Amino acid sequence: MSDTSGVQDKPKHLKHYFVDSDQQFEASKMGMWVFLVTEILFFGGLFAAYIVYRSWYPELYIQASTELDTFWGTVNTAVLIGSSLTVAMAIRSAQLNQIKGLITNLWITISLAFVFMVIKFFEYTHKFDKGILPGEYYTYEGLAHEKANIFFSIYYMMTGLHGIHVIIGIGLMLFLVYKAKKGVFSSEYYTPVEITGLYWHLVDVIWIFLFPLLYLID
Amino acid sequence: MATTDAPNIKRLQVRRFKPEESPKEHYLNAEKGLWSWLSTVDHKRIGLMYFGSIAFFFLFGGILALVLRTELLTPTQSFIEAETYNQIFTLHGAIMIFFFLVPSVPAALGNFILPLQLGAKDVAFPRLNLASFYIYTIGAIFTLIAIFTGGIDTGWTFYTPYSAETSSNVIMMTLGIFILGFSSILTGVNFIVTIHKMRAPGLTWNKLPLNIWALYATSIIQVLATPVLAITVLLLAMERMLGIGIFDPALGGDPVLYQHFFWFYSHPAVYIMIVPGFGVISEVISTFSRKTIFGYWAIALSSLAIAFIGFLVWGHHMFTAGQSSLASMVFSFLTFLVGIPTGIKIFNWLATMYKGSIDMKTPMLYAMVFLFLFTIGGFTGIMLGALVVDIHLHDTYYVVAHFHYVMMGGMVMAFLAGIHYWWPKMFGKMYNEFWAKIACGIIFIGFNMTFLPQFIMGAQGMPRRYYNYIDQFQPFHQFSTMGSYVLGVGFLIIAAYMIHSLLRGKEAGSNPWGSRALEWQTSSPAPHHNFEHTPVIINGPYDYHKPMSEFQLGIAHSHNGHHEGEKVDVETGTAQEKA
Amino acid sequence: MNRLTEYMLPPARSTLASETDALFHFINVTSIILLVGITFAILYFAWKYRRRSEDDVTPVITHNNKLEITWSVIPLIMVMIVFGWGFSGYMNLVTPPDDAYEIRVEGASWNWRFFYDNGAVSVNELNVPVDRPIKLIMSSTDVIHSFYVPDFRVKRDVLPNRYSSIWFEATETGQSVIFCTEYCGEQHSNMDGIVNVMSQDEFDTWLESGNAVDESVPPAERGEALVSQNGCNACHSVDGSSGVGPSFAGLWGSERTFQNAEPVTADENYIRESILESNAKILEGYDPVMPSYQGVINDQQIGDIIEYIKTLE
Repeated sequence: MSDTSGVQDKPKHLKHYFVDSDQQFEASKMGMWVFLVTEILFFGGLFAAYIVYRSWYPELYIQASTELDTFWGTVNTAVLIGSSLTVAMAIRSAQLNQIKGLITNLWITISLAFVFMVIKFFEYTHKFDKGILPGEYYTYEGLAHEKANIFFSIYYMMTGLHGIHVIIGIGLMLFLVYKAKKGVFSSEYYTPVEITGLYWHLVDVIWIFLFPLLYLID
Repeated sequence: MATTDAPNIKRLQVRRFKPEESPKEHYLNAEKGLWSWLSTVDHKRIGLMYFGSIAFFFLFGGILALVLRTELLTPTQSFIEAETYNQIFTLHGAIMIFFFLVPSVPAALGNFILPLQLGAKDVAFPRLNLASFYIYTIGAIFTLIAIFTGGIDTGWTFYTPYSAETSSNVIMMTLGIFILGFSSILTGVNFIVTIHKMRAPGLTWNKLPLNIWALYATSIIQVLATPVLAITVLLLAMERMLGIGIFDPALGGDPVLYQHFFWFYSHPAVYIMIVPGFGVISEVISTFSRKTIFGYWAIALSSLAIAFIGFLVWGHHMFTAGQSSLASMVFSFLTFLVGIPTGIKIFNWLATMYKGSIDMKTPMLYAMVFLFLFTIGGFTGIMLGALVVDIHLHDTYYVVAHFHYVMMGGMVMAFLAGIHYWWPKMFGKMYNEFWAKIACGIIFIGFNMTFLPQFIMGAQGMPRRYYNYIDQFQPFHQFSTMGSYVLGVGFLIIAAYMIHSLLRGKEAGSNPWGSRALEWQTSSPAPHHNFEHTPVIINGPYDYHKPMSEFQLGIAHSHNGHHEGEKVDVETGTAQEKA
Repeated sequence: MNRLTEYMLPPARSTLASETDALFHFINVTSIILLVGITFAILYFAWKYRRRSEDDVTPVITHNNKLEITWSVIPLIMVMIVFGWGFSGYMNLVTPPDDAYEIRVEGASWNWRFFYDNGAVSVNELNVPVDRPIKLIMSSTDVIHSFYVPDFRVKRDVLPNRYSSIWFEATETGQSVIFCTEYCGEQHSNMDGIVNVMSQDEFDTWLESGNAVDESVPPAERGEALVSQNGCNACHSVDGSSGVGPSFAGLWGSERTFQNAEPVTADENYIRESILESNAKILEGYDPVMPSYQGVINDQQIGDIIEYIKTLE
């Protein structure tokens, strides 16, 4: 049973409807895990669309995938995996009460995420220049397949949605840096860091599925 | 507790905490002013705000229904144009499903009662809970904008290619639904974590109220299914804005793929709508029979079974749509399977009434109406699951009657049972029992008048979503329309006596029904933090053979610093004013 | 009893209708028996076990394995029977005989076109011989429709990107209504048609004369009949009243201004184009919803229609 006697010992972060910090931490982690399951179902719908169209137009996929730059895709994969490492290190820093380390690792993660988005930006604009646009705006002549716009529509939807999640992650981590600088986190309380880390790992895992399915099938 | 000399073991005194009658302070007056409501993180207030919103949408959707039924008095135009009619039936469906049924028991009743039934002070993420409410509101605003800027005429199912090509305001509407989906998802997340992590001491899984099991199963469905709806409407919006070519054959897409995506959510959605109702019925029947529930584990696990199998039957909406015979066969088979756990519940509830001590108060009356009407809905579902018969009945009024029997005759009756059951806990007031029973009777009559003829009409071939119809169906339509007005009167009566109850109702005690459930062991209206102590559970919530005192046990709680003026002595379980 | 069961369903006019009906009645009867039982239990228990006093003691009955297994297994067996029965009936419904006579069907918003093997075309009226299996090969020109004949107990969605098919064998001559049962827009509820079931001889006669021109009738009169047969007046009035499409009254020779083309005077070419490429020129204030009649109305018929329109002030 928890300590229910003293008022003075209550930590600032502990909400009144939780019995103790452990319960609050466990609840927050569970909440994030359940939310991540919903994200998997969300992207799952797009993966289902991918699978259906690939089963109908297999040769289109292989052809169209050549338009995607495997080198930069690999770089982005490495960048994201690296950022997962640094966010895990940020959590570790928090656990060891090393707030400076926490902030540093968060900044590195943010920078890597930013690099990912920059590379994506150049990938997209390169395609726009060639006329590879989603849906009915597609004008590229370089692929001899009448349904080429479908592959790229799926490509844009999947990587676009993923990119939005990366941007949200950057926003969350900037918020964490702000809070860390204000001294909110310590080895006693680093829940937001932990659950943002979980979110970030999912963003990474989704990319690890996207990358081979879109880039490596040629 | 074991006695040792180890210095770290605290002894906590468990004692009885009788609920305060006529409390001066409770959650409704703990904080005052409009802003205290708009910024509240109290699950009870959030539940009430949801309740107000869904009542509003039920009224709106209901009026739309009355307009539809009035137009259908004559075989050709009565007083509105075809296009208007099409928009109105679309809205009636979308509003009733997304803004009323899906949030009704989980968000309105569930938010209010779940922490109380668990002995918790609130849900796991109260601020997220408030956010869910505002997300619901924003989704509603987008939808209202869609309605008033061009309307939408695709049917609530938004089938492509019509929805990808029609000039009506599909994008705004799908955006509203997309946003609304997040409200549903976040409520589901909140409930799952609260049930797992915040149960009172002694509240093991085998002592959970069946209402909690039902909300748990519902939350699982919400969490898994709603994201797929989100992607579906997102893809539809992209189809319209960018011409992506996923669902529109003119662009190389497949319209049947849309149907698979859509129904993959929307079939589990109907279980989101009904399973919480099952939970309410379990509570009401047990309480008003003053008897332990029959088949506790059967009822608890059947909710989970329905949740699981419910994800595998979506194709039964598509028997005529062009899916393979093999797929149709599998879906038909699984559809029959999902009916079995539901049937088991009905039998268990009947068995609970057997040799009970039945008090026919309004909640119990609604529960019995539920048993009757939902059983009809269930049997007609069996009819629709039979492949060769469904070919004849699909997209006719038979289907319309079936789903109104399960959703209105089932879910809405259960919802009304829940409202009438927990009303004293929510407001500390009783309502007029006589008028409540009258309203129940009128609703029962009006409902059957409206929807029973629709089974016959449908079997005779009357298609649904029809603005005009051939003469032979007119008597059915007219009878149905009269029934709908009777239904409307019933609901107006409910509104009338409920408002009267709020203004001048008799004061309710903490436990007017003599229930053993935990939420009744605290005062009415509920205290700001639900309990003035930490409840300790030693019995199941349906153990009517145990004395009431055993359900009011607890240990003193320091409120984590909220009651600064108190010093709590946990060894004796007493609280004293600080000097 | 028979009258009640007959009342609930349309007359059974195809060879397979009775299978659907038999299962329908079986499920109804068993459901009603169970419903009566459950209702009786509800009412009886509510009365017999009504609360006598606040001190009532109720027995602690938590479960009963035998009972629970019984009421799980028996319904399971019953639904499996219904499943098997429904499935076998369904397989008959989707397996046409090899010698079925094929007719092609096109669903367009908002009429049905039927194309026969000799090139004959009919709109909104499906002519078939009695006692002969008919297979319909169906597709849509635009959105999803659904072809439903209640008397035959057949229904199938009609899709824009593929063919779907149903088959039936009509057992008596007469007329049966066709409904569209997939919501398809404003005039969805007006998209009905008729199945004309006739003897094989009558059918052969009709088929041969299908598109023959009746020289004894003036062209304008033939045109009037064509306008009615092809479902034009579902959307176009002849008396000036407004509809989904512009009225034919006063059309001939009028100045037409469009949303997507330069204005023209309504002449032969304009009418012909409007029939064959219906959305090439959309009149101000109207939506581009008219389906094309390419392949449905031939040149001879277009001429007759033009003559008819000329007579409309």
